[in-house]
Amino acid sequence: MTALLEVEDLRVEFDTYGGTVKAVRGVGFHVDAGQTLAIVGESGCGKSVAMQAVMGLTPSPPGRITSGSARLRGKEFLGQRRVDGKSVCGDEIGMIFQDASSSMNPTMRIGDQIAETLVVHRGYSPAKAFTAAIELLEQVRIPDAARRARQYPFEFSGGMLQRAMIAVAIACRPAVLIADEPTTALDVTIQAQILDLLKQLQQETGMAIVLITHDLAVVARMADQVSVMYAGQIAESGTVDDLFYRSAHPYTLGLKKAVPSTRLGEDHPLQAIPGSPPDLFAPPVGCAYCARCEFAMRICASDDPPPFQVNENHVSRCWLQHSQVNKAVPGLYRQTFDAADEHTEAQP
Amino acid sequence: MSEKAAMSGETAMSEKAALSELPPTSELLRLHELTRYFDLGKGQRIHAVDHVSLSIDKGQVLGLVGESGSGKSTLGKTLLGLHDKTAGSVTFQGEVLPTRYRAADFRRMAPLMQMVFQDPYSSLNPRMTVGEIIAESTRLGVRRSAAAVRDDVATWLERVGLSAGHASRYPHEFSGGQRQRIGIARALIMEPEFVVCDEPISALDVSVQAQVVNLLNDLKHQMGLTMLFIAHDLSMVRYISERMAVMYLGSLVEVGPAADVYFTPRHPYTEILIASNPEPDPGVERKRLSTPIQGDIPSPVNVGIGCRFAGRCPKVMPVCRDVTPQLLPLVDEDRLVACHLYH
Repeated sequence: MTALLEVEDLRVEFDTYGGTVKAVRGVGFHVDAGQTLAIVGESGCGKSVAMQAVMGLTPSPPGRITSGSARLRGKEFLGQRRVDGKSVCGDEIGMIFQDASSSMNPTMRIGDQIAETLVVHRGYSPAKAFTAAIELLEQVRIPDAARRARQYPFEFSGGMLQRAMIAVAIACRPAVLIADEPTTALDVTIQAQILDLLKQLQQETGMAIVLITHDLAVVARMADQVSVMYAGQIAESGTVDDLFYRSAHPYTLGLKKAVPSTRLGEDHPLQAIPGSPPDLFAPPVGCAYCARCEFAMRICASDDPPPFQVNENHVSRCWLQHSQVNKAVPGLYRQTFDAADEHTEAQP
Repeated sequence: MSEKAAMSGETAMSEKAALSELPPTSELLRLHELTRYFDLGKGQRIHAVDHVSLSIDKGQVLGLVGESGSGKSTLGKTLLGLHDKTAGSVTFQGEVLPTRYRAADFRRMAPLMQMVFQDPYSSLNPRMTVGEIIAESTRLGVRRSAAAVRDDVATWLERVGLSAGHASRYPHEFSGGQRQRIGIARALIMEPEFVVCDEPISALDVSVQAQVVNLLNDLKHQMGLTMLFIAHDLSMVRYISERMAVMYLGSLVEVGPAADVYFTPRHPYTEILIASNPEPDPGVERKRLSTPIQGDIPSPVNVGIGCRFAGRCPKVMPVCRDVTPQLLPLVDEDRLVACHLYH
């Protein structure tokens, strides 16, 4: 079965005065209809750049997609504007951003901004599109939608504006919704509302959601699948349970230890990850996380680890997962691959 | 006390033991009915901070949480004198501070009370070197030689995890986490008694947040610093503070030991706030029920009588709309709650 959205070996570079930044270095993931994939990573790890490349929004120049493939229902569309006779951006894939107030046009009424999508992609008349926009505002649970559609962004609160932006993104019933840090700027109460809304809309329409975030709690709440990105690569990917309960990459472990426990009596001192991410002008030869990793071995500095299959669908790019490595790392999940076991099995 | 110590981790425990040899905790700062309104004209008035009474003991970290627009930052700025007080008073080390600061008041108070700002990008002057930024406040007190100041700056750069050589660089050469460290060094170089940290970590990445929180925690133990830690990340506030205060629409709704407030919230608003806070655990999140609150925080313009939370409160009673609840202590509990359910 082909996944709804499949991305393979995506590489994006940017030419700058200081040299070429290799922002995305071979990223791959897939997401099925009705599923949520969370892409987790710190700022500068390339998560937004990768998504922009998929959407065809990479500014070029200076950006360049040097290799890769992106397929929607098996059809290649990377670098193309249209797939299956529909445009990729806005029609098949919708996108919402972190800062709703700077993503909306301050001089256009909310309803017109939603209607615009339908006029452009569906060829609706402005009047018909405006009526549809009111329905969309109702769908994103904005009370008094008909009046609200005639208001301007400054009359909306942050949470309402985020809802309006979701309405723009889902106007054409996209197959995939990319949500780039949709709740980072919001309060916890509003964040809970927006996350709930996304979940409900997903159940109603069956769209796939790609959620870009750095907040592990949001990941735990929303995701089915998780990919952890570090320095332009996917460090670890698997189901949400794999990532939280069977972390198989030291970076994932580090992220988990850096947030305080929310449970009574389970306090642990916060452990910060020392140092900062590598310079992507000249990515390190070995593992990108090597310099910050407390479990680094000699091979980590010289060879970039390949993706190791930890379990079905659970992949970690870490040498500690190599079958010949015999290093006990507290809390790090490993496929119990025991040389001794093999030996005993072979004997009889 | 022992329970509190257990809450704040092992390292804190030994420090606590050391602190408890000092004379019993004394009050450093007291706000009495502190109020700050902003007049918009035409009879419109924003009740940003409305009759807030609070006290902070020496060496204590008080976490202040609430939604945006609840007046947390205005409270921090008003108590430092960055905003004039509309009414009420701030008592610091037994001295009532002026309602309106003049230049001389800032000169006198700045070495004692400082602030770390939220946005590490806009709070550092891009045209000054890091050394100049950190050293700026040392010009306020007793005149010191340039060499002594330079040494001090170097020491502080190292204390916050940067290196002395960074003094000649400019803010744009640093990452967000490093800039926040510069902001912390600037606030602490005069060794103040009290620091307001206004959302010092919300602009930072997860791993860097932990670095900054640990740094603040270490400095707190080394210097016996008293802090007002303003944030909206409830789990982080719980981690760093001894006491937690919850603010809604300009007034306090609940104050108590941080862990107690977090794990057994009493005020309906605190309950909702904590129930909305997602946890980094998919098993817990799968069991979580749907959103417990609808709507946004209402406008703080011309707030009338009655409980400010009545409009969104799931446990609202008729009395809530007519009588403004006072922040009163609960029986048998170290807790202040402003809710008619308890009084």
